[in-house]
Formats: sequence, structure tokens, C-alpha cells
Amino acid sequence: MIDILRARLKQGHRTISFPNQPPTLPDRFRGCPVIDEAKCVSDCQRCAEVCPTGSIIQVHSTKPQVDLGRCLFCTDCAEACPNDAIRYHSDYSMSSNQRIDLVVNANTEAGPLVSALKKESLRLFGHSLKLRQVSAGGCNGCESDTNVLSTITFDLGRFGVQFVASPRHADGLLITGPVKENKRVALLKTWETVPAPKIVIAVGACAISGGPFQNHPEVHNGVSDILPVDLYIPGCPPHPITILDGILRLLSRI
Amino acid sequence: MKQSNYTVIQNGESCDVVDVPEVPFDAFREQLLQAVEDGAWIAALFAMPADRSTLRAFVILAHSHSGSLWLSSTILPDEFTALTPDCPQAHLFEREIAEQWGVKPLGHPWLKPLRYHHSYRKEKDCWDRKSSTAILPGVTDHFQVDGQEIHEVAVGPVHAGVIEPGHFRFQCHGEDVIHLEISLGYQHRGVERAMIGGPNNRTNHLVETVAGDTTIGHSLAYCQVIEALARTIIPARASALRAISLELERLANHVGDLGALAGDVGFLPTASFCGRLRGEFLNLTAMLCGNRFGHSMLCPGGVRFDADSDRVHNFLERFESAVSDVTDAINLLWKSPSVMDRFEDTGVVKIEDAIELGLVGLVARACGIEADIRSDFPTGIYRFTNISTATWHTGDVFSRAFVRWIEIERSTAFIRDLIKSLPQSEIRIALEPMEPNKIAVALVEGWRGAICHVAITDATSKFAHYKIVDPSFHNWFGLGMAMRDQQVSDFPLCNKSFSLSYCGHDL
Repeated sequence: MIDILRARLKQGHRTISFPNQPPTLPDRFRGCPVIDEAKCVSDCQRCAEVCPTGSIIQVHSTKPQVDLGRCLFCTDCAEACPNDAIRYHSDYSMSSNQRIDLVVNANTEAGPLVSALKKESLRLFGHSLKLRQVSAGGCNGCESDTNVLSTITFDLGRFGVQFVASPRHADGLLITGPVKENKRVALLKTWETVPAPKIVIAVGACAISGGPFQNHPEVHNGVSDILPVDLYIPGCPPHPITILDGILRLLSRI
Repeated sequence: MKQSNYTVIQNGESCDVVDVPEVPFDAFREQLLQAVEDGAWIAALFAMPADRSTLRAFVILAHSHSGSLWLSSTILPDEFTALTPDCPQAHLFEREIAEQWGVKPLGHPWLKPLRYHHSYRKEKDCWDRKSSTAILPGVTDHFQVDGQEIHEVAVGPVHAGVIEPGHFRFQCHGEDVIHLEISLGYQHRGVERAMIGGPNNRTNHLVETVAGDTTIGHSLAYCQVIEALARTIIPARASALRAISLELERLANHVGDLGALAGDVGFLPTASFCGRLRGEFLNLTAMLCGNRFGHSMLCPGGVRFDADSDRVHNFLERFESAVSDVTDAINLLWKSPSVMDRFEDTGVVKIEDAIELGLVGLVARACGIEADIRSDFPTGIYRFTNISTATWHTGDVFSRAFVRWIEIERSTAFIRDLIKSLPQSEIRIALEPMEPNKIAVALVEGWRGAICHVAITDATSKFAHYKIVDPSFHNWFGLGMAMRDQQVSDFPLCNKSFSLSYCGHDL
């Protein structure tokens, strides 16, 4: 017993003060990618060519746009850019309610923002949100970094958010993975089991767009075609702070 | 053992595909059984189309004592005598081949789908299913025990916790489990098939997400395969940084699992300490490369991120503080009688069973088997810096926990020494072009155990076939064995002590 107390004293209080204070992130953290238009040469396609998931797209201009929903936040585009025009900004806040809002202009400094749930849902879930996590083909990266939200470091419980075992006890689903055909039925059954009103949070490039498994015949390229999504959280996997930030914004806590 | 029927290579080497002997099936079977009896283990056994109508099966036999890999092959008939009755470690490999190519291993005692998908050859199916029939995961004849007092417990694919999906069927007599059958395939997302025709833009990222908690392990195996095919030797500094990343991955997962084991027996101090401390090691990986799981850290030809002396200094400071806290947190386990009572004699796997089933990694070492790729088949920096193999003999949950702890101690010492004396060199060099018509094999000791990647190139140097064997593939059946004669309530504890990958198995 004395050893337990001694260890407890030594380890001290370890819960981070986010969102009251900004999080500590590594200096090499890869948040929202930003393309410096001044450096970007218009007819160069190198970044788009090397992108593993087609996340760099060109719609109106010849200057690229980035689809955060497909981005794996790898360094392939930055490495391929002959002019050093791409860098990963330290912005960790990238979640969005609308799929389309994840497509950002190359020179946008801040990532897209989340608007909170509608008034009635917010009244119901704002102070107590129980989620059932469903792994639909995730590689266990998103699952792991969702799981850590329950550790003392992030202490998700202090916001009234909790992961529950039964979908019947849940207010919504937090889904990871590209949704493989082999998990589709189980996902739908889990969804049906959650009592209404209910929400869906799609975490990670896979759940948003299929991620690295995009267009494989075995997968469905994410959740959106199967269930209505209330919150998209990009990343491969998203940093726990990005996930926490998204959820807290949805609940109007940030 | 007739060596003439094999081509022998070392870990991380390649040879011409035409040099792999093609032996008639009966002789192939016979020599494989003999080799396994003589102590070799099956690192990979897979089939690929040789032409439109024929299948060629390859085996990679690993000889731990000599550190060599023996390659052989055969033309696989549509029906053949199964290896599994005489060699249980071929069990899943044969089911995989049957499911993928529609061939029938006759006399296989447990011939059922593995990942629940249609055969890759349209008109062939092992179970004579039509290609128009939908295949539902988990729907098969499960092993059943009959009797008036027998009942069955079914769990999953959606089961408690933030965890990947699998289906578990317990045959129970009262609270006692007679056998547990595990049915996976829910995570099948076509990784291996997508590798064919590569490498391309996406190949690196597919490999990193074979099992997200083993990103470094799998990308290291992939890089070694590519480097073998391109006959490129990477700089020493890259080799050292790769090994540091691999050991950090081991530390993060072992610390996390020990915390979860503590949680499963209701010992909250260690559970909550380790929950945070696992993150510290992930953060150290992020300090090196920006991503907690090591995405984009490795690339064929070396690594993408260097560590200068300032970074090493900061790294060591945080590393030592984490290690000190981990030591306190984990030593509480061994001093707590209530924990030890739950750990000891729970979920025992006997060494004979472990050998016969071909278990690998820490699960095998916890049964007393001295096997570790880092010492048996060393590559890179492990050729020069040895980590001695950690074993314990009791085969129970305690043993699997304790081996983790010994490995934590050894990996910390290894990282500490290595990062202080990083070789001075480049961290990455340009690759030579990959060679056509080659077969390359790489084994890596991931935190769970032996990871095996095999690549075969075609005439244009693209992947004609790519085989990935995650350690979980060898070990899932071991969990079923560990649950025999245990209580249903011991399942979470046994399961966590194995801590296997669903997506690494399902691919």
C-alpha cells in the first residue's frame, strides 16, 4: 500500500489543462497542411502526383486545394514540392460538420471549424454524451488514439463524455475505419440499436473517405454513404487533441 | 534434410524466383513436415497464380538455429492432402490458400473461411459457393460441444470497449470453457491484393496501416524487402534510428498492455499510470517524426527524420522520466498478492502446444521458447548490438506479463545506449532500381512477434505478389488453447495477455 501511495505522489496530477490552455504538441507535429501560394508554381503538379489518396485537388484555379478528409498527413507532398511551398501547420483543430468544408484553400491558415449541435441536441447531449465506438476496418491507430481520451491525461469524463459498452446506452456512434463490406451489417445493426436522437462522429481519413484503402473493392470509402455524419475528424490517425477538440466544439464547450 | 530441394537465403535478402526449386507436391509436403519436425517453423506459406490455370505454392521455412531461410515451392493441385493434421502450424495458412484460390486441402480438420470473401479465381471455390452468393462474415459451422449441461456463449463482432471486431464462441460447461473458437475477417480490407502492381504512391501507407499499433514493425519489414530487391544498403544512422523507433513501439505497447492487464484484474493504480505512460512513448515517437505511431518515419533507403544533439538531449530527458515512472508503476504489480493471484496459473499454454501450433513472439517466449528475430535472424543495427531474448517458463498470464516487463527493461537499455551513440552518417540514400523476377523475404521482431513480408517481382520489377504475415496470424489459435478449462470471466484477461491484432490478421 505504501508503495502505491509513494508512486501516486511521485506521478502527481497528470491531466492536461486543455481546452483552458493550448496543448503541448511536438515541434514536428503535422497539422493542417498549408501551401504558400507565392512559392507555388501554377502548372506544377508534383504534390498532386505523389499524394497517396488524391487529397490535393484543383477545382477553380490552377493552385491546389487540399481535402483534409482524404489527407493522410504524410510528408510525401512536402517532400516532392520543388519549391518548398508545402508545410504542415501546427493547427490541430481541423474537424468539421460538413464533408465539403474539409476541402480547404491551400493558403488557409486555420483549419475548418465546427459549429455546435442544434439547440435541442445540445440541450440533450451538451453535458452528457455517451458514445459507442465502432471499428469498421480501422487499423487500430484511430481506435488507440480514441481510447487514450479515457486515460488520466485527457480525462474525457470531465466533460461528461464517455464510451459505453452497449449501443443501447449510447447517444451516438464514433466510427473509425473505411467500413468494409464485412462490417457493414454489424455497423447498421449497431446504429439501429442506438435510441434516437443520436449522432455520428467519423474519426480518421478511413472513416471519412476510405483513407489508404480508398476504392478497394472490399470497402465503402467511409461512413457518409451509409449513415448521416454530424462530425468529421480528419487525420491518420488524428492526434487525440484533434479528436477531443472536435468533440468539445460539437458540444459547444470550446 | 535435403538442402537440394531448397534455396537458402538470409533475412533481408533476395534470390531469383527461378532458383526456388519446384518440387512435386508429395515431396514438397514430405520435406516440409520433416523440416518442421527438425525444428524449422513456417514463416510464410502462400500460393499465387503461376499462369492462368495453375497455382504455385511457396514456403519460407525459418531455421532459428542457423539463422537461415529455406525457400521451396510446388505446383498446387486443386485437391491435395492437407498438411495441418501432421503439422498444426500450417492450419491458418492452408485455410487462407483454400479461401483465396478455391483449392481443397483434403483432410484439413478445421476447414472454414478465414476472412469471408470470394475466391480470387472466379470459377473455383473451396466450399463450392457460387460467385453470386453473398458471403456473410462469421457464418460458418462453428465447433460445438454437445451435452445436456453444455451451453454456448457468443460475443462480438460488436463487443465491449474501444476495440476491433471479432466473433468469439465459447463452449461452456457451467462457468468452465471447454473450447473457444475465434472467427475473424470483419477487418478484411484487401491490403495484400492492393499491393500487387506496386510499389506506388500508396504502398508505403498501406503497409503502415496493416496494423496501426505496429506501424514501425510492418514498415520496417517492407523497407527491408524493397532494399533487398534494390540491393541497397542503408546508412548506419538510419539503421539505428529505425531500431530506436521499433523499440519505442515495443515499449509503448508493452506498457499499455501491462496497464490494461492491471485494469482487467481491477488493480487501478498501475492501470491508470500506464494509460498515461504508454502515451509518453508514443509522444517520444512523435518527437522524432511528428506522428505518435511513426507514420512516415521510415522509407525505403533509410528514414525521413533525423535527430540532432538537441533533440537527442530532450528525448533522453523525457525518456528517463517516463522509464522511471514505468518502473514504479509496473513493479507494483509483482508486489500485489491480489494481482499475482489472478495472473498466476491463468490461461496456461504448455510449451509442447506452443511449439506444435507454431506460436511466435512474446507469447512463445512466455511458454519458454527461446525465439526472437532480433537475435536469431538479425538485420540492421541488431547485427552489432544484441538484445538478449527474454523468456519465462510458466506459459500463464503472469508469464506473458513478466516477459513484457523484461523486454521493457532491455529495450530501454538498448535505446538509451544507441541514441547516445548514433552513428554519424546520412539518414537516407537513393535506391537502386528494383530487380525483376526476384523473391525477397524480410523478418522483423515486432512487439507481438515475428512479422514476415515476402515480395515477388515480375519482369517489369513490379510486385507480382506480396505476402504479409502478422504475428497474430500465428498466435490467435493459441488464445483458444489458453482458454481451455478456464472460466468465461477470465477471457478479457487472457485476451489482453495475448493482445493480438484483428486487422493484422484480416489484412
